[in-house]
Amino acid sequence: MTDAAVYTQDPDSHEEHHGPEHGFKRWLFTTNHKDIGTLYLFFSFIMMFVAGAMALLVRVELFEPGKVLLNPEYFNQMTTMHGLIMVFGVIMPAMAGLANWLIPLMIGAPDMALPRLNNWSFWLLPFAFAMLISTLFMSGPAPDFGWTFYAPLSTTYGPKSTDFFIFSIHLMGASSILAALNIVVTIFNMRAPSMAWMKLPLFVWSWLVTAFLLLAVMPVLAGCVTMMLMDRHFHTSFFNAAGGGDPLLFQHVFWFFGHPEVYILILPGFGVISAIIPTFARKPLFGYRFMVYATAVIAILGFVVWMHHMFTTGAPIAAQLYFMYATMLIAVPTGIKVFNWVATIFKGSLTFETPMLFALGFLVMFTLGGFSGLMVALVPSDYQYRDSYFVVAHFHYVLVSGSLFTIIAGVYYWLPKWTGQMYNERLGQLHFWLTTIGMNVTFLPMHFLGLAGMPRRIPDYALQFTDFNQICTVGAFIFGFSQLIFLYIILKASFGKRTYQVSNQVWEGATGLEWTLPSPVPYHTFETAPVVP
Amino acid sequence: MKPIPKSHKRLTLLLVCGVIFMFCFCYMLVPLYQWVCKQEGINGKSANSAGSAAPGMQIDYSRTIKITFTTTLHHDLKFKFLPLQQHIDIHPGERKLIYFLAENQSGKEITVQAVPSITPADAARFLKKTECFCFTQQYFLKNEKADMPVYFFIDPAVSRDIKEVTLSYTLFDVGEFIKKQKHFTQGRIDL
Repeated sequence: MTDAAVYTQDPDSHEEHHGPEHGFKRWLFTTNHKDIGTLYLFFSFIMMFVAGAMALLVRVELFEPGKVLLNPEYFNQMTTMHGLIMVFGVIMPAMAGLANWLIPLMIGAPDMALPRLNNWSFWLLPFAFAMLISTLFMSGPAPDFGWTFYAPLSTTYGPKSTDFFIFSIHLMGASSILAALNIVVTIFNMRAPSMAWMKLPLFVWSWLVTAFLLLAVMPVLAGCVTMMLMDRHFHTSFFNAAGGGDPLLFQHVFWFFGHPEVYILILPGFGVISAIIPTFARKPLFGYRFMVYATAVIAILGFVVWMHHMFTTGAPIAAQLYFMYATMLIAVPTGIKVFNWVATIFKGSLTFETPMLFALGFLVMFTLGGFSGLMVALVPSDYQYRDSYFVVAHFHYVLVSGSLFTIIAGVYYWLPKWTGQMYNERLGQLHFWLTTIGMNVTFLPMHFLGLAGMPRRIPDYALQFTDFNQICTVGAFIFGFSQLIFLYIILKASFGKRTYQVSNQVWEGATGLEWTLPSPVPYHTFETAPVVP
Repeated sequence: MKPIPKSHKRLTLLLVCGVIFMFCFCYMLVPLYQWVCKQEGINGKSANSAGSAAPGMQIDYSRTIKITFTTTLHHDLKFKFLPLQQHIDIHPGERKLIYFLAENQSGKEITVQAVPSITPADAARFLKKTECFCFTQQYFLKNEKADMPVYFFIDPAVSRDIKEVTLSYTLFDVGEFIKKQKHFTQGRIDL
């Protein structure tokens, strides 16, 4: 692929005359997909440290039974804000950042289809999160009802700041919808003429599917918080039983959004892994077509399983059985993906650079998270696991060693292409090992805490859980502080002095249009469509 | 900047329509949910309508089902609200009249509404009430005290696996949501 589709920069280009504006205005007014991708990625990186600090506060509080540092009220605010920011402020913007940077490069387009909209969809985010985080500095509590904001906790009993939360969700939703819209139009209309559907890199495929998921469920979330707003201020009773509503309806509406949302968080990551593993195994991806189909099937099934989050709400047995089997069915396309990655690795000429380490870490630990997911999908065992630390362990295995690991792997993988500078491999590997050890020390014991009966979302616990909680807290600090290495690596690669020229291909086994471009990538690329073999 | 091509505009418009549809769909979930619950008789959604017996319903003496009654007061409602009998045994098809004692201790006149919930969910639509204080909002004077009737039967079509059913009422202060209707006290025995 690389030989045929060589990108040559026009020797007569006068980029200096129509390059970006300088200073802050460049970032405020930019319509360049690379700039916007960078903005998304840095934004999500900052948010990761904000929400990570909250997680560390939570872990400090849980170091010993009784009160250590935080009041129970503040503890609730910390868990709520940690969850909200990590989901909407870290994983989703980071995935959108990768999409902005890479989709035009991968499909041979000069930019996104709707560049000004692209600028807007990013710049909604800082305002949304400024609004959300500002609630911490108001008199009265910040949102304290958990990231799932179940009614009536968030309606009848919600603090005053809930209204700020509602509008910040509206802004985030608008941002995600606009970004998804842009991505769909770009992929449909802007592919290089010779880029056939079944030649699209899997990252593009998985983002296309994700974008459709976003378009389908973010409006439902917007509707859900709008109903909350109406219940709180306009005398409706969607979720208030006194007026003929039903608090359980909230859970249905929320999880109708919430379950596709978990695939929104992970599917682009599957695409990243499908790019990295073939590169470092020096083999083409095994079962490309099945990977595409599996992605689509996961997305479709994601719409019909939401009630597995609500097994203990008194659903009829037939509904419980249906949702249990439908949920377990998702293990089939996910299994296809995992087996295809393993088959790609099989008999490959492997090397273990940092992106590959994170990809392999993902493969092992995400699968573990998938298995604990199967355990909570089973109705009889879910009755025991629900609302315990087992659930916390499960979703951190799929979100941290799942989504977050794929993002980190992707950043290491494409960083030399973006910055023209190879990151420090030794530090990258140190980052990987500290992160992996920290992550497992933090979240593995939580499985056992949950099985032993420790409930989640409570700042205090019974004495017998102390040892394991202390291990978790130690792990959390290792995990948290090792991200400072990542920060250093990125800053150094982005702003440090360039020591040597990185080749176009960067990685020996890398294939795809983005690797035909010079490193660092010029500000404007593919103004004439490349030829895809 | 180059003008946006027509094909982009067309696709964008289509997707925006999809987004608007999904927003409306979110609100369509509300009646859909009410309908499903009503069909299944779960979550108190059949509270406002009386069930009717199939013509020629026979009492099935071969089976006995234990019905347990429980009550809950919502939030900090000041009320006394208790079943006069904790539980009864009933044959499917047999009609029973039982009473709940309610006393307004809030020190003011108040309108309340009881919302029923029946477990297990699979038995919910077979417990049929021909008359119930929960069908309407109930108005109580200051310190008023009354026995509230529920007239019900278990449909013999209920699964043979069902041996016990719990009928639970939660009493809500509906002062903010008062319906315009006559104060309904039929069957109520004022004490």
